[in-house]
Amino acid sequence: MTTNATATPQTPRPIPSLKRQPRTGERLVELLLKAVALTSIAAIVLILAFVAREALPVFTGTGSDESGASLDLLLAEPLADGSEPLLWRPVSHPPRYNVIPLVIGSLKVTLVAVLIAAPLGIAAAIYVSELAGKRQREIVKPTIELLAGVPSVVIGFYALVVLASWIQGIFGTEHRLNALVAGTGLALAVCPVIFTVSEDALQAVPHAYRTAALALGSDRLQMIFRVVVPAALPGILASLVLGFGRAIGETMIVLLASGNAALISGSIGVSTRTITATIAEELGEVVVGSGHYRVLFALGTILFASTFVLNFAGERVIHGLRKKLGTA
Amino acid sequence: MRSEALELRRQPHTRTPDLVLLGATGAATAMILIVLALLLVDILAGGVKVLSWEFISAAPRRGLTEGGIFPAIFGTVALTLLMTVAAVPAGVATAVYLTEYAPPDSKLARVIRVCIANLAGVPSIVFGLFGLGFFVSTVGRGIDHAFYRGQIVYATPSLVWASLTLALLTLPVVVVATEEALRAVPREIRDASLALGATKLQTVVKVVLPEAMGGVLTGTILAISRGAGEVAPIMFTGVAYFLPRLPRHINDQFMSLSYHVYVLATQSPNVDKTKPLLYGTVLTLLALTFLLNLVAVILRTRTRARVHASE
Repeated sequence: MTTNATATPQTPRPIPSLKRQPRTGERLVELLLKAVALTSIAAIVLILAFVAREALPVFTGTGSDESGASLDLLLAEPLADGSEPLLWRPVSHPPRYNVIPLVIGSLKVTLVAVLIAAPLGIAAAIYVSELAGKRQREIVKPTIELLAGVPSVVIGFYALVVLASWIQGIFGTEHRLNALVAGTGLALAVCPVIFTVSEDALQAVPHAYRTAALALGSDRLQMIFRVVVPAALPGILASLVLGFGRAIGETMIVLLASGNAALISGSIGVSTRTITATIAEELGEVVVGSGHYRVLFALGTILFASTFVLNFAGERVIHGLRKKLGTA
Repeated sequence: MRSEALELRRQPHTRTPDLVLLGATGAATAMILIVLALLLVDILAGGVKVLSWEFISAAPRRGLTEGGIFPAIFGTVALTLLMTVAAVPAGVATAVYLTEYAPPDSKLARVIRVCIANLAGVPSIVFGLFGLGFFVSTVGRGIDHAFYRGQIVYATPSLVWASLTLALLTLPVVVVATEEALRAVPREIRDASLALGATKLQTVVKVVLPEAMGGVLTGTILAISRGAGEVAPIMFTGVAYFLPRLPRHINDQFMSLSYHVYVLATQSPNVDKTKPLLYGTVLTLLALTFLLNLVAVILRTRTRARVHASE
């Protein structure tokens, strides 16, 4: 105790450093590690900078493409033939770059996915955290986490080949590939996210809350829904936010299973095109630096910004919850 | 604490509302597991009949309707290998800095952690855009201007740019797993090493890191599994639809299993003829990522068990 205290009077570090000044070699390694650790900050900054840089003419509102058409993402001038003004039709003459159909497509598919995955994921989290026995828990939890390890292109393939036929058979949808098929496939990817984050939040609720509730005479149902779930609620809501972020940024599942027609429709049974699928499908065919190329980077910037906000909010809520419950 | 929790669970579920709750949440859990099982069974049943030595070792023929997937397997291995070489040292260094060197209340460490969490949430297609805008068009062009007099050598989608893009995407996976393992190394071991006169660097390299090797390995495996399955980040940074020969240089294009699944699923001239090949490719990819994940889950469970034992 005393030696420890005299050895490190002014530097309260995790490892007590020796009295001696560290050697230059040691300092160099520390600096090197610090420099490498800065990569992640650099990565975030560079991603934003380089994706947004290519999209700059779109956001300043001054851009026009080779044919002179405006790159305005919200342009709503009706076409000469009087057809629908809100169009994503980048290769027609004149090209139209209105993002509204894509935004609606992304939201539609994401909403379907979250509506399917949320009840399943949260219920499974309650089961695994509060009701399952130890052995069940040890099998079920890693198995659901394995689902998170299935590559999204494999889920997309499954949705395209198998789910699409089932869903058309059951609901008689207008198109074989549609928002419902893509959303169902997406739910498979989102479910493990919602499950894992919700389960963590439930586990973060101190055990004393549970024993106190039972000691006051509540039964298990009351304990779970009046004590444990309310205490973990911010974490459960955060799981939905993170799941939403995962769904809106997912590419391969929607690219394979949504049908990719940029229609504006309230129905989930028709072919749909999302922001992510549009980038994936069209970027390979555009000329670098062209108007269409810049618009696709603008879509990427919008995507980056929205998932950044969603993830940031989700992480903040989880961190706050753990602090409040004293399990940080 | 833990044993108390188990005692609570062991109480019999007798009241009706409790039974309803148990039934509803249990059914939801079962449904997730059943869907996973259906997916696996379907892919296994469809893919297993296609698997043969020829399928693994031959190149695709006749417009992707015959032959095997060897170039795609080779490409995925080369891609993930290069990615690992970049992502693992960077990830381990970041984790070591965060847990061993950064002061506990360091603002910088907090910002780095926030960035890692957010990096993990960036959509994979955005990584693809970034790889094209940064690595191919900026870094690649810069290298060509500096060393090749503007002749296009590196300013084109290739293996190295796809690997680096994936390395950035999988960096958080390595950092998180390594950090978890480093934190599990008991403080006493560090103190003992320092007390014996070892320097901090010696302690980290010879004592702490070997103890945390399991976590580093878990992170590496999870990163490879994640990287092997991704399509969107490599689509514009180096992967090719079909190549007659294997990549021989880091600035060659390559085929990959994950992209091959997408190609077979969408660009086939003859759907019925391609379908068995598609199933075979999906099974190969899934077997690869699944086995890796399984190993990682087992390793992680062991590390976690040790943490609880030492607490």
